[in-house]
Amino acid sequence: MLNIHCPNCGITAEETEFHAHGEAHLKRFGPGSSDDQFESYLFMRKNPKGVHFERWRHQNGCGKWFHVARCTMTLEVFASYSAQTYAPPQEVLDIIENKRPGWNAQEDAT
Amino acid sequence: MSEPVTALRGASDATGIATVTELGPLGMITLRGDLGDKAIIKAAVAAGGVTMPEVRHCATEGESGIAWMSPDELLIMSPYSEVHARLADLPDKLTKSHALAVNVSDARAVFQVTGPNAREVMAKLAPVDMHPDHFTPGMFRRTRIAQVAAAFWMPDAETVQIICFRSVAKYVFDVLNMAAQDRSEVGYF
Amino acid sequence: MSTRLATKGRLVDTSKPVSFTFNGKKLRGYAGDTLASALLANDQMLVGRSFKYHRPRGIVAAGPEEPNGLVNLGRDGRFEPNQRVTTTELFEGLEAASQNHWPSLEFDVGAINKHLSRFLPAGFYYKMFMYPRSFWKHVYEPIIRQSAGLGKAPKDRDVDTYEHFYAFCDVLVVGGGVAGLQAALTAGLAGARVILLEQTDHWGGRAPVDGGVIDGAPVDKFVEDILAKLESMENVTLRTRTMGAGVYDHGYALGYERLTDHAPHEGGPRHRLWRIRAAQIITATGAIERPLSFAGNDIPGVMLAASVRDFLINYGVSVGDRTVLVTNNDNAYLTAIALKNAGLDVPVILDARVLPEDRGLVAQAKALGIRVMMGHAISSVKGGKRVTGVTVCSQAGEGAVLEEIACDAVAMSGGWSPVVHLWSHCGGKLRWDTAHACFSPDVDNPPKGADGMAFVTTAGAASGTFALDDVLHDAHAAAEGVITCLDLKLPKDVVAPIAERREESPLAPVWMMPHGASAKLREKTWLDYQNDVKVSDVRLAAQEGFVSVEHAKRYTTLGMATDQGKLSNINGLATLAGALDAEIPTVGTTTFRPPYHPISLSAIAGEAKNHVFQPIRRTPIHDWNESNGAEFEPVGQWRRPYAYKRGSESTHDAVMREVKNTRERIGLLDASTLGKLIVKGPDAGKFLDMMYTNMMSTLKIGKCRYGLMCSENGFLIDDGVVARIDEDTWLCHTTTGGAETIHAHMEEWLQTEWWDWKVYVANVTEQYAQVAVVGPNARKALEKLGGMDVSKEALAFMDWADGELGGFKCRVYRISFSGELSYEIAVDASHGQAFWDALMAVGADLGVMPYGTECLHILRAEKGFIMMGDETDGTVIPQDLGLHWAISKKKEDFLGKRAQERSHMTDPNRWKLVGLETVDGSTLPDGAYALGEGTNENGQKNMIGRVTSTYHSPTLDRGIAMGLIHNGPDRMGEVIKFPGTDGKVYEAKVVDAVFYDKDGEKQNV
Repeated sequence: MLNIHCPNCGITAEETEFHAHGEAHLKRFGPGSSDDQFESYLFMRKNPKGVHFERWRHQNGCGKWFHVARCTMTLEVFASYSAQTYAPPQEVLDIIENKRPGWNAQEDAT
Repeated sequence: MSEPVTALRGASDATGIATVTELGPLGMITLRGDLGDKAIIKAAVAAGGVTMPEVRHCATEGESGIAWMSPDELLIMSPYSEVHARLADLPDKLTKSHALAVNVSDARAVFQVTGPNAREVMAKLAPVDMHPDHFTPGMFRRTRIAQVAAAFWMPDAETVQIICFRSVAKYVFDVLNMAAQDRSEVGYF
Repeated sequence: MSTRLATKGRLVDTSKPVSFTFNGKKLRGYAGDTLASALLANDQMLVGRSFKYHRPRGIVAAGPEEPNGLVNLGRDGRFEPNQRVTTTELFEGLEAASQNHWPSLEFDVGAINKHLSRFLPAGFYYKMFMYPRSFWKHVYEPIIRQSAGLGKAPKDRDVDTYEHFYAFCDVLVVGGGVAGLQAALTAGLAGARVILLEQTDHWGGRAPVDGGVIDGAPVDKFVEDILAKLESMENVTLRTRTMGAGVYDHGYALGYERLTDHAPHEGGPRHRLWRIRAAQIITATGAIERPLSFAGNDIPGVMLAASVRDFLINYGVSVGDRTVLVTNNDNAYLTAIALKNAGLDVPVILDARVLPEDRGLVAQAKALGIRVMMGHAISSVKGGKRVTGVTVCSQAGEGAVLEEIACDAVAMSGGWSPVVHLWSHCGGKLRWDTAHACFSPDVDNPPKGADGMAFVTTAGAASGTFALDDVLHDAHAAAEGVITCLDLKLPKDVVAPIAERREESPLAPVWMMPHGASAKLREKTWLDYQNDVKVSDVRLAAQEGFVSVEHAKRYTTLGMATDQGKLSNINGLATLAGALDAEIPTVGTTTFRPPYHPISLSAIAGEAKNHVFQPIRRTPIHDWNESNGAEFEPVGQWRRPYAYKRGSESTHDAVMREVKNTRERIGLLDASTLGKLIVKGPDAGKFLDMMYTNMMSTLKIGKCRYGLMCSENGFLIDDGVVARIDEDTWLCHTTTGGAETIHAHMEEWLQTEWWDWKVYVANVTEQYAQVAVVGPNARKALEKLGGMDVSKEALAFMDWADGELGGFKCRVYRISFSGELSYEIAVDASHGQAFWDALMAVGADLGVMPYGTECLHILRAEKGFIMMGDETDGTVIPQDLGLHWAISKKKEDFLGKRAQERSHMTDPNRWKLVGLETVDGSTLPDGAYALGEGTNENGQKNMIGRVTSTYHSPTLDRGIAMGLIHNGPDRMGEVIKFPGTDGKVYEAKVVDAVFYDKDGEKQNV
């Protein structure tokens, strides 16, 4: 069972205090968007074996949302960070690059 | 108006390794706002009658107090009879701030677990490190108790006070008593 | 025979006799005994029957690896099947019964299966039960059901309680043998918070049995001293009777504490599940001895050599008078020496090895006058329910008998396998240790935690180090490594203890005895005692193409019994490797999954049973409801009154009465469960316009509006009445089940998409008790209460107002879900019951009755109002329900708008909501499908719709329903057929969904 850090209240607690809400950093497409854009927004999700950015909520805690960067294969957690971002912050990317050199290229190739 | 009644009318059980008692009614106000905004803090301190607690802490004095709930939420506590007055005072202090203050006194139930085994009773139900080195009086923890959301703090080394939703008061009272059942000392802390 | 010796065992207290029963027979043991040692002391070697062939089975081991000794334990509310005799502590009044036999343990009819063994080979389930197909239901299934399972299922409710305990530590040490004790001490001295778990009720593991000298003192003394040190350390927690059951992600581990299994009447919880979060875990779980594979190795009296030693030294029990020892290693000689020293007969040691010289224990055994036959093996064991002798052959050959030796016990040792389970649970890899012929932890591939660093270390025999001195050094080193990870420092003077070393000759791997055993011998050579898997079965599986160890396991059921192959797995995969002519490491092991040893389901459930199985949410009026005839129905975790029954009336009659009374006079509904969310801020209007399909920003202060919420997928997720409280505050009602989810839904959008919008949301659902006062007399009742003006002029339909009624501060909403004159009144929850009482009192003369959710449903269905979860199922859009009027056309955007523009959503062929009126007045079955023309490609009749709500309307005295029908609104007047599951075909006419008061004259008064 995962141990997760909530950057909003600063608590690190077991998974049962939290709830996972799927992929982070989705770009919303509303009225006026093409069918392809809307389809990708609503249904297309990454399913990487490796680095993944996820949205979590500290449900039985401060109630806030945040993002987690972790490895879906080893369950290593690279960082928790604010939900109020459109993309992973550079310092999070640096941590990942340091631990998984070239991870981004691998992901693009798959 | 009738006399206010709490969910369990002050039920108490002292048959186990700790005493579980329903407290209240207690006045409670949810105050949401930017906690970096001085006006919000000033209003909270005025309503709570205590100094502003640190992050993840609470400051209490008798039935009055302030608990840090999240980066944009405080829980202001007061005697039940004063909650309407304290709530009514808030808007004037918050005219320039984006804030939300609502009375939640009746939406909650408050429990107290007392005795040398109070920490153990909590550690059976909440995924929280209750070790005295780790959880100390003054800290305020939102978590779950068995299957429901709850928050608690320790006014002193042998007392835990718990806030949960009113609808699950009976459930929380029952699980606390199960955790406090006779001959269930763990001897861990 | 097996018996208690005059020499006292280490662990039993002969001054405290304990009586117990086995199969009804009264027997005696001592305090400190396990059920296994007590049974053996009473010459009860035969303890059960195997699963498939019902072969007689005796005790093989002394610990949790025991595959045979499973019993039904206890009675009534404390009855439990499949309890292991070796891990069951004896207590006064214990009742045990053997399993899987009929009519008795001694004479079992099922044993006929052993004569059918050639018809029950590997994969027999798959081969046997395939054909003829018609046999499945009436022949095969009843037979399988009859023979399934070993023990009896309990009939009574468990009377015990269970609990969890959350513990956090720096270092969790699993295993209280000398390695675990040493590791805990080293870690503890460095200042770490340490928890040390031991599964038995005593410390020291098997080192005190095997003997030795540590720092100049006997092992027992060492254990005593180190324990005293640990007990004095505040930062160390010691726990016996607590098994490390599993290791999981990020340092999570489960400890299974058996508090009262040894004293069931002492009170308190029976089991406690320790949910431990450890920064570092040291598994000092020891090793398990392997059986040898020779013919007849399952006959009662054949036992692991170390277990024979355990029973002798720990419990003062000899398993036989004449014990033949068969081995491939030095360690087993300890058993022969111990037996000889206890005055028992060891006619021969059969050692499969040929050693160049006699050293250490071999020399010692010979010096004691024990006959040692090097290079020899057992050809087969003689006996039925008990060993009577062995035939001796050369290990190198095919099993030609050289000699027959009478004996009543056989002690065997095929070497030792480290207990790598906990290391492996969370991904630790293994490597093949050629010297010891075992899998041991691959330290380069440990389980990794949240930070990507190793968090499990093994210590002692679990690492694959077996000599006492190595064990202690390994344990100390393991703790040192862990301390470094934790940034702690060990005081300088702390060093590992030193143990005297024994001279030892290497083990020789023996996977088949004799090496070239004939097919006839292999058919009598057991690998898995509990599931009856033999060497021949594994070889057959390999022959049939099951070359993967995971496939061979499932095909043969090897290692799938309750012992999970603790004795059989390594021998099984070595056999498979042999059959495939492959190396053992290339075949690999099956996956080790937690728990290490079965734990009770109740311990996993913890406190969650009976009345606290799940939280039940109660309204402020719950107690009143309960004592006034309410029949409750679950709505989420809430319990809402379905109907209030009076006297002997049926539920149906109660519902009919409530509907009529509410329509004609006045009804009260406990509506407290409805969700209430305060949404406030300068951007609240804009935000609600996104949340709802309708326009909420234009709602006037003091007014209410019914609103619909859709997901981004366009589908309806919730509905409810929204009230504008002031310039920047709205109150949104949600469905009963929706309060928490819609609150979270709103917060998610605010926190993850529109975080710059100034909006705060608060869930105030439980702050209020809400009562719906409904019916023609509703206003009269409120006027009798007195207070605020509730006239049509002061409070028109869809208005709300704050005020006082009968002295209660309240907020009154003029909204109606029934079509009647109706007020929904919210008061603070602490006054809810008093307010309800006041309404009942003033309503008495006006004919007031409470009504439940079924009445509410009928009232709303008569009016054609939709209900979330009835008319919607997660695939329905508002347009399907004719709710176009509630979808703003002015708004550029709202959640679901883009989705509702998709081609499938605008397809005119979608099923649409209509009313349905049965031709004969009967009530349509719920969920019935509407029959169309023709059949589909599968030959099934085409369906053109389904019933979503259906009731008997007492107002109209006929069945009414709503349904989603293809082109429904265009079919007005058409009669459609609805086949029921009762075989009857119902006919219903398509009509308008509003059955009652179409013009709304009754609610707008």
